[in-house]
Amino acid sequence: MVSPILELKDINKSFGHVQANKNINLKINKGTIHGIIGENGAGKSTLMSIVYGLYQADSGSISISGKEIKLRSPRDSIESGIGMVHQHFMLVENFTVLENIVLGFEGEFVFGQKLKKAKEDLKNLCDTYKLNIDLDSVISDLSVGFRQRVEILKSLYRGAEIFILDEPTGVLTPQEVDELFKILRSLKEEGKTIVLITHKLNEIMDLTSEVSVMRQGEVVGHTKTTDTDKEKLAEMMVGRSVLLRLNKSEAKLGDVMFKVKNLSVKDDLDVTRVKNVNFEIRSGEILGLAGVTGNGQTELLEALSGIRKVESGEIYLNDEKISDKDNLLDPRELKEKGLAHVPEDRQRMGLVTDFKAYENLIFGYHDQEPYSKSSILRDGDILSFSRKVMEEYDVRPISPQLITSNFSGGNQQKIILSRELNENPKILLVGQPTRGVDIGAIEFIHQRLIDMRDKGAAILLVSVELDEVLSLSDRILVMFDGNIVGERVNKDVTDRDLGLLMAGVA
Amino acid sequence: MEILPDIASLINSTLRISTPLIFAAMAGLFAERSGVIDFGLEGKMLAAAFVAAVGSYYFGSPWLGLILAIIACVSLSMLHGFASVTHKGDQVVSCVAINILMIGLTTALAAAWFGQAGLTPTLTDEQRFLEITLPFTDVLRDVPVVGIIYSDILSGHYIFVYLAYLCVPIVFWIVFKTSFGLRLRAVGENPSAVDTAGINVFTMRYKALMINGVLIAFAGAHLSTAVNANFFREMSAGRGYLALAALIFGKWHPKTALIACLLFGFTDALQIRLQGVELPAIGTIPVQLIQAIPYVLTVVLLAGFVGKAIAPNAIGQPYVKER
Repeated sequence: MVSPILELKDINKSFGHVQANKNINLKINKGTIHGIIGENGAGKSTLMSIVYGLYQADSGSISISGKEIKLRSPRDSIESGIGMVHQHFMLVENFTVLENIVLGFEGEFVFGQKLKKAKEDLKNLCDTYKLNIDLDSVISDLSVGFRQRVEILKSLYRGAEIFILDEPTGVLTPQEVDELFKILRSLKEEGKTIVLITHKLNEIMDLTSEVSVMRQGEVVGHTKTTDTDKEKLAEMMVGRSVLLRLNKSEAKLGDVMFKVKNLSVKDDLDVTRVKNVNFEIRSGEILGLAGVTGNGQTELLEALSGIRKVESGEIYLNDEKISDKDNLLDPRELKEKGLAHVPEDRQRMGLVTDFKAYENLIFGYHDQEPYSKSSILRDGDILSFSRKVMEEYDVRPISPQLITSNFSGGNQQKIILSRELNENPKILLVGQPTRGVDIGAIEFIHQRLIDMRDKGAAILLVSVELDEVLSLSDRILVMFDGNIVGERVNKDVTDRDLGLLMAGVA
Repeated sequence: MEILPDIASLINSTLRISTPLIFAAMAGLFAERSGVIDFGLEGKMLAAAFVAAVGSYYFGSPWLGLILAIIACVSLSMLHGFASVTHKGDQVVSCVAINILMIGLTTALAAAWFGQAGLTPTLTDEQRFLEITLPFTDVLRDVPVVGIIYSDILSGHYIFVYLAYLCVPIVFWIVFKTSFGLRLRAVGENPSAVDTAGINVFTMRYKALMINGVLIAFAGAHLSTAVNANFFREMSAGRGYLALAALIFGKWHPKTALIACLLFGFTDALQIRLQGVELPAIGTIPVQLIQAIPYVLTVVLLAGFVGKAIAPNAIGQPYVKER
């Protein structure tokens, strides 16, 4: 029997009191694409950082092709033929592609012959794998998809045989994902081994031949991809059965509740990020706003929720003009008019993470009855209220006194949602409601948003997760470079169609 | 044509006055390009000046003084590294500590050793660096243009002046043409990228700080064993801060930092030249006003005159590997 190219035995790793990896055993066979799937915080990234030598395991051993190796630093891993494409790219933004790739492997003190040779070798690698990268371009000028390719090229150049990719598709458009998968398949054809870390079931089914499932720091299952399906994998990940399809009835559209007319918005650097945007949302409708990160969605959402100045244009709520260039209602006034906002960046804008859960649960409403009377907070009432909503919104654990940062991402998000939804807003602006949230919690959050819609709320959903936009929205707008470049009714749209719009091609 | 010698002497002083600024700016460049703020140039320059003067006095050789100054400054840089790189302390606080400590320590030690608060004994000619007269100075003096440039501007400086101008292209070459420079720049921009490339981030920052210590020692030795023949209290007189300002609006680049240093040197030379001089139509400008020129210039330039200076991305952030 051939020994697996990478074998992990009894790996343990703790950070303080948190055990991130418990007795991990894993075998990865040469020339395969092996998926590692698990929810956020399941310990996937920690495990792979150990394999890449960034962290040292507390105990356990790692073997490559049957030979046990000690990985004390990334250098050891690189020399053992392991390459890693991190979730956040490890590139120096103001360096060229070439400089980034040779960094640490220059081979000479004064640049000269070796650099020339490296350039030739890299050109050949680019041709072999059809990477199409200009070695002299500066990283900051490259799109995210190309930056990722640079990372792959970097590993290739360093002679990697095993490629670890940590959540590689999170920041890509569907077209870029297609391109990436093509590259990964061609790597596999050349006999390379690929470890794909992801929480997206589609990718596992598409690409891998074997899959290992992690939950709470342990490997809870290992199977051939052909022997399983998405439902089974999801169940293993979460530890209970999960509904992957949403219960969603046809939207019952009411009157126009929210209208945006010729809206332009600038960012902090005075660059116009939202350009003359028009749309309206009806009661009982979820309007999805799709787009790659950084195409103006953030600024649009901020302007609509009253935290960013409007450059030109108008915003109407129930036919009443609420904001224009000279006049901007602040979030408090908007709240009083029935507008709620779940911000994109929950840690920075949605919560005070150092506060206790019950404090965050009433923030913004804290000066109203029954939470306070004559400017004095009524802790007893707040706590009983908090316990009630935490139960209703399935926030775990139900401990209103716990510091908010100790809740998982999904539960933090539920805290915000329960606060914003509890007042039954007429208009709900939601940004990235499930970013960094586990599958189980996603299901819950999505169902809540649909319930809100069915109660007659007008909802604007801004998300970079195309699946999310597709499964929730009744109508979809695509934003590219500050413009709305397309509008589709959800029934007759494909993700390919949307992907092209998101890339600004169609 | 009486103005020509005036201009020549002005340029000559500019070159001399800029020298400690250039060493300090280049020293700062290494530290800051590696991601470590160096606010402590001032304190280290002061320490170097003191140690060089004392060393030269005791051992009778300015070279030994210089070597001791280098040892002292590298030690201080290592201390800064120990606090802010290894122990991830606040880099500015560590620098301020060095600066304050050095002002007090040099004054106190001078008092203890030589009985004069903040003064070291005057060095003899053997104990200090002397002005170097370049060959053929006398022969070329009467040749028009060349004579003035060679004999009146280029010749007759202390060795540090020549070293400073030699140092800038070397720094440029190291930072932009060698693998060490590539790693240095990378570690100040994105230390994680350096770490994942298998290079030790801490070692890189310590190496940068070591070079930083050597270079700043030259600045201090220049002050106390070349242009002056002793150390006196707070003799660095803000040059460390001025060099840092030059580095910042030189955008952390050796060439532009050099230009900034020269600009400061020039305004300083100008203010010395203008003191007590009666200008046509204006009259005598008060000394205080003239002395303020370099500082006013700093404020004006820093206030955005040269555009936005983009610092190395990771500057001031200790590198933390594990979460």
